[in-house]
Amino acid sequence: MKKKSLFWKEHFWHGLITCCGLLVIVLTLAIGAFLVYKGSGTFTKYGHSIFEFFFSSKWAPADNSTGGGAVGAAVYIVGSLSTCGLALLIAAPFSIAAAIFMTEISPKLGKSIFRPAVELFVGIPSVIYGWVGLTTLVPAIKELFDLNMGYSVLAAGIVLAVMIFPTITTIAADALKSVPNDYRKAAYGLGATRWQVIHQIVLPAAKPGIFTGIVMGLARAFGEALAVAMVIGKMRAFPKSILSPTTNLTSAIASDMGGAMEGGEYNTALWTMALLLFLISLLFIFIIHRIVAKGGAEKDGSK
Amino acid sequence: MKSKFEVSKLNLHYGQFHALKDVSLSIFPHEVTALIGPSGCGKSTFLKTLNRMNDLEDGVTIDGSVLLDGKDIFKDMDAISLRQRVGMVFQQPNPFPKSIYENVAYGPRLQGIRSKVKLDEIVENALRGAAIWDEVKDRLKKNAMGLSGGQQQRLCIARALAAGPDVLLMDEPTSALDPISTSKIEELCAQLKKDYTIVMVTHNMQQAARISDRTAFFLLGEVVEYSDTDQMFSMPKDKRTEDYITGRFG
Amino acid sequence: MEANKKAKRTDRIMTWIFVAVAGFFLLLLAGFALLVIGRGLAGFEPYMLSFSREGIGNQLFNTLYLVVLSLLVSVPFGIATGVYLAEYAKPGRMTNFLGICIETLSSLPSIVVGLFGYLVFIVLVGAKWNLASGALAVSILNLPLIATTTKDAMLSMPKGYRMGSMGLGATHWQTIRRVLLPACMPRILTGIILAAGRVFGEAAALLYTAGMSTDINWSNWDLSSPTCPLNPFRPGETLALHIWASRTEAIGADSAQIANFSSAVLLILVFTFSIGARIIGHRMERKTGGK
Repeated sequence: MKKKSLFWKEHFWHGLITCCGLLVIVLTLAIGAFLVYKGSGTFTKYGHSIFEFFFSSKWAPADNSTGGGAVGAAVYIVGSLSTCGLALLIAAPFSIAAAIFMTEISPKLGKSIFRPAVELFVGIPSVIYGWVGLTTLVPAIKELFDLNMGYSVLAAGIVLAVMIFPTITTIAADALKSVPNDYRKAAYGLGATRWQVIHQIVLPAAKPGIFTGIVMGLARAFGEALAVAMVIGKMRAFPKSILSPTTNLTSAIASDMGGAMEGGEYNTALWTMALLLFLISLLFIFIIHRIVAKGGAEKDGSK
Repeated sequence: MKSKFEVSKLNLHYGQFHALKDVSLSIFPHEVTALIGPSGCGKSTFLKTLNRMNDLEDGVTIDGSVLLDGKDIFKDMDAISLRQRVGMVFQQPNPFPKSIYENVAYGPRLQGIRSKVKLDEIVENALRGAAIWDEVKDRLKKNAMGLSGGQQQRLCIARALAAGPDVLLMDEPTSALDPISTSKIEELCAQLKKDYTIVMVTHNMQQAARISDRTAFFLLGEVVEYSDTDQMFSMPKDKRTEDYITGRFG
Repeated sequence: MEANKKAKRTDRIMTWIFVAVAGFFLLLLAGFALLVIGRGLAGFEPYMLSFSREGIGNQLFNTLYLVVLSLLVSVPFGIATGVYLAEYAKPGRMTNFLGICIETLSSLPSIVVGLFGYLVFIVLVGAKWNLASGALAVSILNLPLIATTTKDAMLSMPKGYRMGSMGLGATHWQTIRRVLLPACMPRILTGIILAAGRVFGEAAALLYTAGMSTDINWSNWDLSSPTCPLNPFRPGETLALHIWASRTEAIGADSAQIANFSSAVLLILVFTFSIGARIIGHRMERKTGGK
């Protein structure tokens, strides 16, 4: 009988697995570090002010390492904010309504048809959304509002809304489902109608979960690059209305990074945008943690 | 008679909680030793100390000594080889989600046995030993989760036997089973003690009286009384033992 | 009484609103799928499937190859990380931090991951666009999903498995390797398939890693040659990137039809994978459940 030593039976693998865990930490830190390193160049190496980056709309970074251009990214930031805001405005109410339908109105249909369908759509590649937006939505908006071209904040907002709808719906539905049934029974027992139960009991109880869903949706919308780039029109101007074209952070990175000289001012400014996106996604995680912690504290307090 | 386990001055703490207090007793080979007492009295903790399953929990500190055939289980042995010699059967039947055959072959495989012939032999012997061979011999490749609760528990006994132990620890092995399965396991214990030393925690006094040779009564982490089962149930020495076995508390 | 009546009427109205919203979205989703698939198949010409400059055969191959390459990295690492979190990690600062790291990775915009990949795997290495660096970038995106699925599956295992195995003298690793991982396999596999489905559609992370060109010679099987299909160090445009490219650089007159067809193929692939994940998950769950 061959006896393997305890080293091969345990310690080696324990060590290997631990290394993998640590590697993930290293990887995350490395991503953060590279982004900070490359992204801060705009302010350190090329001497622009943070104020200029955020609030100036003059965007003309030099494509060389002497610098001297302008790096005002306000148009891109406003573009990102307006498209995501619009997407959220469209998607959030509809998603919550759909989640309520799934869990409160018809749990049976919700479980057998609605949920699988929605989950199926979480996985649809964003380029497909972008392509359909480009070939169907953009011309439709052009016709409908009699515009020169259909590329617009509206088109981007709708595409993003359709994209994040499944995300918000599934998370909101989970939150609604986890509301204890006793609450509902108690309210029905007092003679409340279904809508009263939903709106006075279930929705408040599920609030933290629903907010988490909304933030996750927003995070997804913020980071989306290609689908938006395909329908936003990439025009470097503040949008005058939701029907005018503009541009945003992700499409700038996606389309300009390839041509910009490595290490040059242009390239560095784009990295700064990526750093901003990274920081925003950290902010979203932080917000979700706060919501969850606060929700937990409230629940404990009411016990 | 030479003892199998020689426990002396065993103290065990869970963090601040003193769970076993100065426990000293000898467990003899080819006997069934029953550990009884109200819940939380330390009987399961004591049982788990005998094959160092307590090591898996955080914040456990142990002092005192436990000798298995004269060797200190904390100093002269590692937990892994100790557990191969001291098998354990749990309260809830816990077969792995594998075939019946693979469940039983698990222990021998861990020990590095690869030969199909040898494994077949060990599996058959273990299943026969646990009196379940006739019920499962035609479906060894079927998933063990499909067996009834009583069959699963006997399979777990077979799984423990296949690892080649000389002691079997049983932690309330029948508490999750129906009366018929229970009596099968009890008969099995009477059979098995010919070849093995059995230590069993039970909350069922009739069961202790029926199948054990010796009984230890635990209360608040102490061994109140340890003697011949017949003697303990007919004339307990300690008032607290008498109160417990006559059902006045617990 | 009056209030009661009003409440009932509101209740009815709200119910209808919810039904309408749900119906609208179901129709929208179904319509979307039908539009993409129908339009794609309507414009189909046999040459589109060819492995030439005009067809999308090469892109399809690249997509599948990239999925395989990325899973080669993300599956072992993801499972190992999940195992670490569920079994070996001791509660404390370090473990919390690892949890936050995984969360961070999972919410990174894919374009940011693409940039990181571009910098590290292309610029720092001094390489040209290549599939391997694309696969690595996509692995970063996938790792969190596989790690969390593994961790959740491991933590949901009954305590009895662990006790039973350790009680027989198995080490912790042996318990993980021989009892827990096999028992978790159905759920982990579902996670892997879902992850694979996401790789199909990923484009932003590949823009500056895998590149947007494909030049394969199907009779060249010399692995070191840049035109060998299986050489992971050659550039390779995937289907998703191909769709993106047809918008920015309309090459031929029928590039719209090709993009339509590519979208349809991509959608079908993704649907097949996610439905397949469900079916396999259910099946294996039932099988290990014993019935």
